[in-house]
Amino acid sequence: MTGKLLWRGMLAGIIAALLATLFARAFAEPQIDLAIAYEAAHAAHHAGADEVELVSRETQKGFGLLAALGLYGAAVGGIFALTFAYGYGRIAQIGPRSFALVMAALAFVLIVVVPGIKYPQTPPAVGQHETVGLRTAAYFAMIALSVCAALIAGRLRAALVGSLRGFDAGLLAVAGYVAVVALGALLLPAIDEVPVDFPAGLLWNFRLASLGSQLLLWMTIGVLFGRWAAATLEQGR
Amino acid sequence: MAASAALLDDPFIPVRGQAAIPLDELLPWAAFGVLIAMIFLYFVSTEQGAYALFDGMYVHEFVHDGRHLLGFPCH
Repeated sequence: MTGKLLWRGMLAGIIAALLATLFARAFAEPQIDLAIAYEAAHAAHHAGADEVELVSRETQKGFGLLAALGLYGAAVGGIFALTFAYGYGRIAQIGPRSFALVMAALAFVLIVVVPGIKYPQTPPAVGQHETVGLRTAAYFAMIALSVCAALIAGRLRAALVGSLRGFDAGLLAVAGYVAVVALGALLLPAIDEVPVDFPAGLLWNFRLASLGSQLLLWMTIGVLFGRWAAATLEQGR
Repeated sequence: MAASAALLDDPFIPVRGQAAIPLDELLPWAAFGVLIAMIFLYFVSTEQGAYALFDGMYVHEFVHDGRHLLGFPCH
């Protein structure tokens, strides 16, 4: 059962990545091209202005984008399926399709939206080469913080549910999550490397397109995997 | 509860008569799946960025757009 769910989760992730790639190709790539044009016009980001192009823009926008999102989709789809396999009937006794959809919405908020509030997605030409190590560590720390805080909040709710009504216990758990994440975000280093004359509209459009493609990715995983998980459970009945 | 169940038409399906998948069935798959996922995520997010296993910038340049899109620091 678990193996079957795992493969289906990874497959759902790959199909979701395909849709996200089409979305990103239509809405994010024009912004990336504009950012690269800005970068070329300023030529201040990289030391040598005319670097040899290792991978052509066409490959980056096409197969490279698909491969990157495909790997990401397969990875998060697999972890999604394992989380489902653990939580189904344990965390809540609700239908498999509802559970998968709620999980996907939660994953989008915990992994994309909340870490993105502290460290928003940035197009090319934003970010200094020297700080990439710090920025990567800080971004991963923010994701880990968000997920861990949610796990703690879940425990908190379970502990409170005896003495409080379930709804109130849930509200307190959410408040606890927000408090922990806000405190952690305050302590993590601030990163602001947007050049002063970088077009604000371009930045907004890129971030919107990034959020849109990731929302599409997670919702597709939630819907598709929910269908397949329900079928798997019916078969195993 | 009954009303929302009818609305969603998505009843709880027991796992082979049990409430959930037993942990000892889950664990080996979890170890395998998490390992694969970590390798995949490493190449999308970090290789030839903050850290590099291979020389050059080919992997970085190849996944470049996806890395920006997913919010991973790129350069």
